[in-house]
Amino acid sequence: MTSTSTATDGPAGAPTEDAPAGGGGRARRVALYVLGRLTTAVVSLGAVIVAGFFLFRILPGDPVRAMTEGREVSLEQEAELRRQFGLDQPLWSQFFDYAGGLLRLDLGVSFQYREPVTELILERLGPTLLLAGTGTIVAALLGLFLGARAGWRPGGRGDRVNTAVALFFWSVPTFWLGLLLIVLLASGRGFFPGLFPTSGMVAPDATGIEAVLSTARHMVLPVVTMVAVIYAQYLMIMRSSLIDEKGADYLTTARAKGLRDGLVRRRHAVPNALLPTVTLIFLNLGQVVSGVILVETVFSWPGLGHLFYSGLHVPDLGLVQGLFVLFAASVILMNLLADLVYPLLDPRVRP
Amino acid sequence: MTGLDPRPAPRAPAPVPSPRVLARRRRRRALGRFARSYAHNRAGMAGLVSLLLIATAALTAPLFIDQAHLTVTGAPGQAYEPPSPEYPLGTDNFGRSVLDLIIWGARVSLAVGLLATVVSVSLGTLIGVTAGHFGSSGGTGGRITSTVLMRITDWFLVLPTLVLAVALAAVLPGGTGTIIAAIGLTVWPPTARLVRAQTLAVEARPYVERARALGGGHTHVMLWHVLPNVMPVVLAQTTLLVATSIIAESTLAFLGMGDPTTISWGGILEAARTAGAVSAGIWWYMVPPGLAIAVVALSFTLCGRALESVINPRLRENS
Repeated sequence: MTSTSTATDGPAGAPTEDAPAGGGGRARRVALYVLGRLTTAVVSLGAVIVAGFFLFRILPGDPVRAMTEGREVSLEQEAELRRQFGLDQPLWSQFFDYAGGLLRLDLGVSFQYREPVTELILERLGPTLLLAGTGTIVAALLGLFLGARAGWRPGGRGDRVNTAVALFFWSVPTFWLGLLLIVLLASGRGFFPGLFPTSGMVAPDATGIEAVLSTARHMVLPVVTMVAVIYAQYLMIMRSSLIDEKGADYLTTARAKGLRDGLVRRRHAVPNALLPTVTLIFLNLGQVVSGVILVETVFSWPGLGHLFYSGLHVPDLGLVQGLFVLFAASVILMNLLADLVYPLLDPRVRP
Repeated sequence: MTGLDPRPAPRAPAPVPSPRVLARRRRRRALGRFARSYAHNRAGMAGLVSLLLIATAALTAPLFIDQAHLTVTGAPGQAYEPPSPEYPLGTDNFGRSVLDLIIWGARVSLAVGLLATVVSVSLGTLIGVTAGHFGSSGGTGGRITSTVLMRITDWFLVLPTLVLAVALAAVLPGGTGTIIAAIGLTVWPPTARLVRAQTLAVEARPYVERARALGGGHTHVMLWHVLPNVMPVVLAQTTLLVATSIIAESTLAFLGMGDPTTISWGGILEAARTAGAVSAGIWWYMVPPGLAIAVVALSFTLCGRALESVINPRLRENS
């Protein structure tokens, strides 16, 4: 156990020490690093767009038949629909139309709502960000706090209980937990009938401060569901990171100075152990946007996840494809941010 | 490996044991050591026991459950009967026993979870070992292959797993095979990364160099020297992935992507929701399937963590 064993996956061991202080070499290296990450992100995004397009086009299933399912349509009407959505063009020309549209932030048209996908997404982006953001912040705070407790005394009773509870919630299907909460706290039966609303985001007739309170009340159950399922990973990473730090020499020094145990943990060990969790938080922020699909579906939260679910059942290819690109893009963006921010925080991995 | 050898066991008249016997004895001893240190892990043992119980129930289900009672038309009871001695977990909206449904659902859920894991672990191991091996000893061409493979892995890693699985399940023809493929094709990247890292560590060992110096080709080194040493890590990862796959299966079923003709835990939950069990407060239709998923996923996770701590001495020291 030495202090050098940190869980970083960046380009560790970059020759920072023997490089001449200041100078243009360092600036060039940093520029190269940033440029490299940016290129990777752009190439990934391009691949996502291409894959998304062909995944939803080449594979079986005819969008027009899906759109008109269950209704009698004449051949002329079908041809008209095809022309309207550009489906009569050859595939490559459809692709270039689509890619050109993307440059103008045009994600195509939803077959189901007959509205531009971009508008639909913008309408529902706010609720999703509100829910996902609140959930992530609460889960990260809770997980990091409990993880710091558990990791300080590994094998102790607090650690065992904490880990067991977190692992249990981690193993529970998100949507099931949400349904249970609805039965217990929101539906007409259960322990507290009607304590919280079962669906939606805000009461329709509320205004001003009332609307804010109503939104908060609607958010309680979705946020609790989200937090219960995702806080385990923050707990586990904080725990193992703190265990890695525990043997470090500077902690011995701190103790030798006569600091109390709690102070050693809070002031010295935890700040250093927090470093590896930064990457994880960013990565999760990217995933969480799509991770709320289940929570939003269960609680009928008017966000992107619910939109995706509704598009899936039609199936509304334009909408689903647009959301696919958006979800992947959010992960790519967050990965990029993590790559760029981490070296600022941890000098050991600076380029 | 020795069992695959077609040659008959050497008739060694001398008391000096042949290398083969020695190797077998060594392996048996290593296995014993492994089992003993696994048995020390109480959580791991609890997971193993619960898995064995559930697997036994799932495998022997046809012996004590009449399949006709699981069809909508042949349901034995009334709709929404609360739990009673006859139906320990009550009945669903068609009058089928929920307990029977759960036991029968274990067959599909476990099978899908295991098969999806086989797909993803095979894919991950293949890509990880190839990338690791050619990256460290394949020359320029090998390095390019390795880089390309890892770039593809990284790319899959950034795709939102659930969205991709749902998309695959939506565009492929419906059925259990599709679910397995959709899960298997989306959860492999972490395995590939892990296996590659382990392969690189193994490739740096002298015995791999010796094998290469003796004229061992790429396939030989990968199959006989790298793979056996990567297997422990893969095994632990496999157990953890089964839990992920079972939850993923229930999620896909819940989103309506499952095969409606088969009975799986996710399918039962989806049926319960569409039947209105949530608002009607029919808890015995909703709680058991979710609990079953949680118990199985937790058991696999516990086993996987126990295996990890046995294999990785650094973890053993800590916890």
